Amino acid sequence: MRKWQCVVCGLVYDEAEGWPDDGIAPGTTWENVPEDWICPDCGVGKEDFEMVEM
Amino acid sequence: MNDLQRQQSPSDKPLVVIGSGLAGYTFIREFRKLDADRKILLLTADDGHSYSKPLLSTGFAKGKNAEHLSMADAGKMASQLDIDIRTHTRVTAIDPEARRLDAGFEGSSSSAGETIEFTELVLALGAEVVRPPLSGSAADEVLSVNSLMDYRRFRERLVTVAQQRCAEGAVDRPIRIVIMGSGLIGCEFANDLLASVDTKFTVDVISPDSRPLQRALPEQVSLALGQGLEEAGARFHWQSTVGSVDHVSEASAGGGSAYLVSVDGGELRTLQADVVLSATGLRPHSALAAAAGLEVSRGIVVDRQLRTSKADIFALGDCAEVDGHLLLYVQPLMQCARLLAANLAGGHNADLSYQAMPVIVKTPACPLVLAPPPEGLAGEWTVAEADRLDVRALFHDTEGSLRGFALSGRHVIEKQTLLRDLPPLLA
Repeated sequence: MRKWQCVVCGLVYDEAEGWPDDGIAPGTTWENVPEDWICPDCGVGKEDFEMVEM
Repeated sequence: MNDLQRQQSPSDKPLVVIGSGLAGYTFIREFRKLDADRKILLLTADDGHSYSKPLLSTGFAKGKNAEHLSMADAGKMASQLDIDIRTHTRVTAIDPEARRLDAGFEGSSSSAGETIEFTELVLALGAEVVRPPLSGSAADEVLSVNSLMDYRRFRERLVTVAQQRCAEGAVDRPIRIVIMGSGLIGCEFANDLLASVDTKFTVDVISPDSRPLQRALPEQVSLALGQGLEEAGARFHWQSTVGSVDHVSEASAGGGSAYLVSVDGGELRTLQADVVLSATGLRPHSALAAAAGLEVSRGIVVDRQLRTSKADIFALGDCAEVDGHLLLYVQPLMQCARLLAANLAGGHNADLSYQAMPVIVKTPACPLVLAPPPEGLAGEWTVAEADRLDVRALFHDTEGSLRGFALSGRHVIEKQTLLRDLPPLLA
């Protein structure tokens, strides 16, 4: 499982945890996160997230 | 040809970017992904720290001061991006035809500025804080927070107040904040201060409006936000403006220095404060561009390729009015930075398109997402569901198509689904 970070505000999307508040189940890989999902903190799109080693 | 021009071959001249905010740095970062070699010079009147603007209004809830929020200083950015950066440097004039500009070191007593030639110029000047006229002996001590440097000043002022409290043996007494304005920034700061992890604040919001985010939100969503913030402890004083801010003598302030804020309109006449924050609005920085003969309307006018009215000069971010749209938010800025970088690095002429973009209002006391309908579009808001803080309001145009929405409380989760139904803002 990997983690992705919003380059604008630093919010981390952890594939293991998903994002249940937006209906994204734990274990959802980044590729399977809907293309129109937006950063819950600052509103930018998936293209503004980068994979991070944490 | 003057001496300078003779000495420089065209390839020696840099692409010049003015402004080290999110727009300037994001543009350069995207450009560097496509072109590692091009000479780039960044001029900034600030200290050049790279930081995330949205986080300025979550710093207290997350316990982060200015140093925590800085991701890299100018030196680190210069080496990371392989560019030259001049900090504390203000551009005073642009000559678009000669492709050169005048710049001077801030605070330098000598008038020795320098002239810099550019191949292309990118204006990422941001917006300036609109300050209503104030009288009183402490009028110039009213703070605004629109940059990391502003945030640092605000934090420093709070440290001073906390030290006074310590000296008075009144450590537990809350720090009294007065916020002028109940727009996006005023509401976000009110919420953030009340959610502070390390300091206790009282927050009084003084606003000429009758409810929060009055111009942007339909009434029921606005009232839900007001209720959420009040439950978090915010005290609103509606239909009121601050007339003057004065120093209070130590005796009447109970020791230490404080401000006496006089309020016009409403029932409240005066209140005491330790810090007064002004959050009455932003206006694009356009004076420099206007003086250089660039077309300026509400912001610096650019087309869908972010070209100003002068060749090889571009603008993006909060200073730019893009094809008639003035959108001082992060997401449009990121899209502009990416498009301009691809066009300039690759020699393309692609047009910008905007999907419908939501604005996330960072008020955890009443979570809020807004997709504003296009400006001036005829239509009306209808409230589909409303239960205390949980409101769903939809904006339909006269033909019945969904063109905007505002969601609060538990309804914010519906943003994804609703966004899919919104037509693009710029197709």
